[in-house]
Amino acid sequence: MASTAEPEAKTDLDAFREEARAFLAENFPPELRGKGNLLSSVEEASEESPAEKAWRVAMGERGWGTPTWPKEYGGGGLTRQQARALEQEMAKVGAWNPIGGMGVMMLGPTLLEFASEEQKHEHIPPICKGEIRWCQGYSEPNAGSDLANLQTMAEDKGDHYLVNGQKTWTSGGQWADKCFCLVRTSRADKHKGISFLLIDMHAPGVEVKPIKMISGMSPFCETFFTDVAVPKENLVGEEGQGWTIGKRLLQHERTNLSGGGALASLNAQPLHKVAERYIGLGEDGKLADAELRVKIADFEMRWSAFLLTARRAMEESKAQGGVSDISSILKKAGTRLGQERAELMIEIMGYRGLGWEGEGFEEKELSGTRAWLFGKATTIYGGSTEIQNNIIAKRILGMLDHQ
Amino acid sequence: MAVLNEEQEMLRDMAREWTKNEHPVGAWRKVRDAGEPFDADAWGAMAEMGWAGIIIPEAHGGSDFGWLSLGLVVEELGKSLAASPLIASALAASAIALGGSEDQKTEYLPRFASGELIGTLAFDESPRHTGLTASTSVHDGRLTGTKAFVHEASRAGLFVVLAQDGVYLVEKGQGMSLSRRAMVDMRDHAEIDFNGAPAHKLADGGSDLAQKILDRARVLTAAEMLGMCQAVFDTTLDYLKQRVQFNQVLSSFQALQHRMADLYTELEIARSAVEGGLQAIDSGFGVTEAAAVAKATANDALHHISREGVQLHGGIGMTDEYDVGFFLKRARVLEAAWGSSSHLRDAYAEMKAY
Ligand SMILES: Cc1cc2nc3c(=O)[nH]c(=O)nc-3n(C[C@H](O)[C@H](O)[C@H](O)COP(=O)(O)OP(=O)(O)OC[C@H]3O[C@@H](n4cnc5c(N)ncnc54)[C@H](O)[C@@H]3O)c2cc1C
Repeated sequence: MASTAEPEAKTDLDAFREEARAFLAENFPPELRGKGNLLSSVEEASEESPAEKAWRVAMGERGWGTPTWPKEYGGGGLTRQQARALEQEMAKVGAWNPIGGMGVMMLGPTLLEFASEEQKHEHIPPICKGEIRWCQGYSEPNAGSDLANLQTMAEDKGDHYLVNGQKTWTSGGQWADKCFCLVRTSRADKHKGISFLLIDMHAPGVEVKPIKMISGMSPFCETFFTDVAVPKENLVGEEGQGWTIGKRLLQHERTNLSGGGALASLNAQPLHKVAERYIGLGEDGKLADAELRVKIADFEMRWSAFLLTARRAMEESKAQGGVSDISSILKKAGTRLGQERAELMIEIMGYRGLGWEGEGFEEKELSGTRAWLFGKATTIYGGSTEIQNNIIAKRILGMLDHQ
Repeated sequence: MAVLNEEQEMLRDMAREWTKNEHPVGAWRKVRDAGEPFDADAWGAMAEMGWAGIIIPEAHGGSDFGWLSLGLVVEELGKSLAASPLIASALAASAIALGGSEDQKTEYLPRFASGELIGTLAFDESPRHTGLTASTSVHDGRLTGTKAFVHEASRAGLFVVLAQDGVYLVEKGQGMSLSRRAMVDMRDHAEIDFNGAPAHKLADGGSDLAQKILDRARVLTAAEMLGMCQAVFDTTLDYLKQRVQFNQVLSSFQALQHRMADLYTELEIARSAVEGGLQAIDSGFGVTEAAAVAKATANDALHHISREGVQLHGGIGMTDEYDVGFFLKRARVLEAAWGSSSHLRDAYAEMKAY
């Protein structure tokens, strides 16, 4: 970086910090300190309290929930350094980002890259304000890992498409306002027949059926489209460009998924602290279970190496101006470690880590059980670990496909 | 598979037919949906078939077929997650057979053999098994202490309780209170508070009675886990052979073939360890060591297989509608029972004095 630019940039940043602090002091309701909970927000749509609403509106108005997105579409227009400073200032007062969901994680960045001006102005500001909930209509009963096998048809009817078909595993489908969907506009070609369409979940002919999960919640749905009329303006990119756009969106999803695991565990107590409480220390000051002690150390060391890798991937990508090869290992490595951690928690807590409901368990223990079960999905969705391995072997390592 | 005698083969076939036809996983699903932790009808049927008396001497109304025989039945029940107190009750009965006076045997064993009486062990006082120490104490025939996460507790009429100075029998009744612990496997667990409950010592078992009971608990639990391993393995293999993605069945992908080959290897090694444990009890040699090997091997195999089972089913494996999740949930409860793998490995090293 040019050294002459440094001092000025610093003062700018200091001024920005001032601004951020003032904003937080004025707008962040202290009773929401540290309340942001990633795990529950994944599984349930909880009712918003007045304080939560006020906080969401304040952040949304400012565009700071999507800090680096352009101002003209409702984003914060901040530089990366400013965004990081904002994050730090928020962490200092226990504030959290109330703007999230699939609109922020996946759709927004994709629209910024592929959508028309009209579409950006229509769809991005409500995402920045957290006013519209989006869901992802990719998977179908026979199109999971083989996503391109999808059969939901969008038939050209002149000014609109007529959509028929079934999606499944639609996360949050029962609470969503809109769905970004991969549909088939042609049967002539598996990949080039796919288009990227935005569908109103409240439109006639859309029906959702929640599916119960092993964790006891029903956070996802089967989604049925029967003669749903979708205006042509809702096609993103061109007809047949859906596979390219859809895959780019998956990249955003994967980046967020590996990062999500990192965040969740940063908020949580370190494993050795939990172990100290449940297992206790021996007379020699060491954890009373020798093997678990080693396992915990093994996990914590692998975890810190993973965090270094995530950081290196980010730095390399920035330096190269493109996605670095090692990004391809982040999702599988991060989700795997997240699962290891949850399993270790159970081993540490014994039966206390296996509570389902009711008496005899702390709230934290019970939510830990559910998170352990829900966490099993992280190596399945967003491109399973096996599919990540195929991508690594073929695209990165150039190993031939001879099946 | 161990070499079985005719009696054992018949017993195993009977158990296999019954679970397959009369008591598949769907039966447990119904019990769970009804909010019951226990399947009373199934228990009645099992008792009728004589399973409650398999390890009870003939003189006391059992069939004395032995531990390998009981293990074969328990394995089959594990395959369908039958919610029965067969294991808990057999362990309680074995405690009396090992350490009870003639009077105690005559009083309780026939009732265990007929299935009329259900018993269970109340040993551990913390959420993790940490060995055979207890702070529960007995004064003037009155037992006081708290036992954590007692299996099959709500239907039990007799508790076999570990106290500071030995193992005691406590009948359900005065001086105790139960509070349910709803765990992820949705089965019948409770914390029990004993407060001056009338207790009678199992005085004839020698100083290592508690260890003997614990060994049996480990092996029998491992047998249930073996059945679960087999069921998850079979279901997963079937699924991979049916599910088509990329225009081919998933089982045709070499990456998945190797995964299944690894699980198969683990499963078969666990089978040997469990059968070895059961046979050791029948022969009376090297039981404590064989029991630790059986339980630790079953723990590790089931842990791995239950995880892979969900993963290899993909999204459908995450649904409540599919059975594989039930196995994952029950697996962790049994892994924690009577010693986690790390506890067992430590115990093993201690047995070997290193
Ligand atoms: C909690 C949860 C939330 C989800 N949310 C959404 C959502 O919001 N929107 C949406 O569209 N989808 C969603 N999904 C679906 C998810 O993307 C799919 O489950 C995933 O793509 C896997 O597809 P599948 O379930 O059909 O499994 P399958 O593709 O049938 O795979 C089964 C197993 O085989 C493996 N496998 C498949 N192909 C190969 C191969 N070639 N080589 C080696 N192994 C292979 C898989 O990795 C997996 O282990 C969600 C899933 C879950 C569990």
